[in-house]
Amino acid sequence: MGAKEKPEIIDESGDKYKYGFVTEIEADTAPKGLNADIIRLISTKKGEPEWLLEWRLKAFEFWQTMTEPTWAKLVYDKIDYQDLYYYSAPKQKAAPKSLDEVDKELLETYEKLGIPLKEQEALAGVVAVDAVFDSVSVATTYRAKLAEQGIIFCSISEAVKEHPDLVKKYLGSVVPYTDNFFACLNSAVFTDGSFVFIPKGVRCPMELSTYFRINAKNTGQFERTLIIAEDDSYVSYLEGCTAPQRDENQLHAAIVEIVVLKNAEVKYSTVQNWYPGDKDGKGGVYNFVTKRAACRGDNSKISWTQVETGSAVTWKYPSCVLQGNNSVGEFYSVAITNNKQQADTGTKMIHIGQNTSSKIISKGISAGFSNQTYRGLVKVSPNARGARNYSQCDSLLIGENCGSHTVPYIENRNKTAVIEHEATTSKISDEQLFYCQQRGIGEEEAVSLIVNGFCKEVMQHLPMEFAIEAAKLINISLEGSVG
Amino acid sequence: MKIPLLEIEDLYARVGDKEIIKGFNLTINEGEVHAVMGPNGAGKSTLSYVLTGKPGYEIISGSVKFKGKDLLAMSPEERAREGVFLIMQYPVEIPGVPTSTFLKHSVNAVRKHHHLPELDTMEFIKLLREEGKKLGIDNEMLKRPVNVGFSGGEKKRMETFQMSILKPDFAILDEADSGLDIDALKVVADGVNALRNEKRSMLVITHYQRLLNYIVPDFVHVFADGHIVKSGDKNLALELEEKGYAEFVREK
Repeated sequence: MGAKEKPEIIDESGDKYKYGFVTEIEADTAPKGLNADIIRLISTKKGEPEWLLEWRLKAFEFWQTMTEPTWAKLVYDKIDYQDLYYYSAPKQKAAPKSLDEVDKELLETYEKLGIPLKEQEALAGVVAVDAVFDSVSVATTYRAKLAEQGIIFCSISEAVKEHPDLVKKYLGSVVPYTDNFFACLNSAVFTDGSFVFIPKGVRCPMELSTYFRINAKNTGQFERTLIIAEDDSYVSYLEGCTAPQRDENQLHAAIVEIVVLKNAEVKYSTVQNWYPGDKDGKGGVYNFVTKRAACRGDNSKISWTQVETGSAVTWKYPSCVLQGNNSVGEFYSVAITNNKQQADTGTKMIHIGQNTSSKIISKGISAGFSNQTYRGLVKVSPNARGARNYSQCDSLLIGENCGSHTVPYIENRNKTAVIEHEATTSKISDEQLFYCQQRGIGEEEAVSLIVNGFCKEVMQHLPMEFAIEAAKLINISLEGSVG
Repeated sequence: MKIPLLEIEDLYARVGDKEIIKGFNLTINEGEVHAVMGPNGAGKSTLSYVLTGKPGYEIISGSVKFKGKDLLAMSPEERAREGVFLIMQYPVEIPGVPTSTFLKHSVNAVRKHHHLPELDTMEFIKLLREEGKKLGIDNEMLKRPVNVGFSGGEKKRMETFQMSILKPDFAILDEADSGLDIDALKVVADGVNALRNEKRSMLVITHYQRLLNYIVPDFVHVFADGHIVKSGDKNLALELEEKGYAEFVREK
């Protein structure tokens, strides 16, 4: 972004921001705060078509009439939305020159995860990603291969330019900007994210996005992902980086929209490990995410698998709207909170078509002074004959000072529906730990053994290589939670 | 030539503010089986927890040497890896963790401590099968989570099984007969007896003489008020059975 764009921006945003943009050093940074001009700036910077700008502005207008939800069991400082950067949040700190300058604790974590040195450097921001990982060319190679089958996998910004019809047709069709406060904010200001299109009859030959581990790094704050699976197609999508990045951005408000058409299946796996804050609850990411899949076609299927270990505050309910007859929704979740973390997470299963079925397996682990809530909705509409749901919510407590809550909502409007709900709460006791130790198993290994046993049902739904890293991550998240 | 395995000298220990072990002395040589008998509340279980390092049991003074090393300076897991095994009175349940997985972690933790390579899955399964046969522990039972839903007898059988897998140098049996009918007791006793040899030592803690009919000790000690008040051979146990503890408690 150079001098060429400058005059244009000044024109667009008016005099008010003139000084902000003529500053030579930070030419690419919008000032703090949110208003229509900032949104115009984002849209212009990204070279977006008029309809998208209008959509953003409508969202912003609507957002101003909304209030932040307070029903979740979360306590956090009030967010000042005018005190945030919405475009290219500047990182004033100079990048470290070598790994010697990087936080030791962070490096130890990478070590434990078994991340190669080159990749560690990239994650810690020592060198530009391309230089080490050559991700651009890797991405291009893959992309060309996928394109042969008609699969589109690119950033949403590119998709807006190159596949405007698809984006226009589906963007906001699953999560409209009016949906909720955070989704609305995202619609107004989203910066980037991924776009996936699997054409009719194609089975995506690879798990999409392992290499995005690094690529996705700085698109964090307001990500927007759109996945479309046409009739008879299949895709498995992996989100997230498995190495904890010390991203200090306070607020993350992402959206994931998935459209699943006739006989198609989408598997969406997430490992979320944003910075959880320190032991005393200072810092850490506020994670307010709206994820929803619409199973529009008959016999379609969506499966969410998530392992949530990061963020100071998590507000997240990946949902399944089961519109097609015989459509299937699944939600497998492991959420871990330690120290002062808080998570209010669960799912929504909306049964609309006939003979739809859903399954919820949620495992919550609380340690330290953390607090966790499972909040889930199972809704069966009047025409959803033969709907079937099975929910199982298990909580595991470690120590004396954490909390765990289960809030299942069931709204059934059809008497043929069969809905089952099971919930358990258990605790890792000193007796259990001593028993393990008495058999030679160290305390931390004992905790990890017990926790992994507890999560097994969910972990087996993760793709293999992801599952191994996720298991390691769970152990790291719980370090120091005993003794 | 007798080689001492465990040497307890003038041991004092407490739980919270309460002093429970008071001037306890005992030396157990290699290959010996000692029984410690005493009335309820004498601190018998405390003794087993002090020796295995359970948190909450505080040493006031005294020393315990195991193979000449300072046992009290070791963490609970180090003691286990060095070869101290406790058959617990009430083995705890660990939901979600299959018994075989648990045992694999246990065996390999001990092997690692002794600089032995970890057992691979095939070797491990073979070991489980061999030892399982003797105690009637089948594959189905090993798939179940540790002690979850086990009957009292199954739990004690499983404890004995774990002991036969780990082959510790020193085993403490804490009220190993509690909650067992006579058939279950025999199975456990047979398992324990099968492990007796000239190197391995045992400390059998019990309230009743009954168990000692099956696991015959070399020495019997009467434990009251935090220490040993009388020692003898197996006949002392029979004497206790007849006369009760009252007399020995009064003797001090």
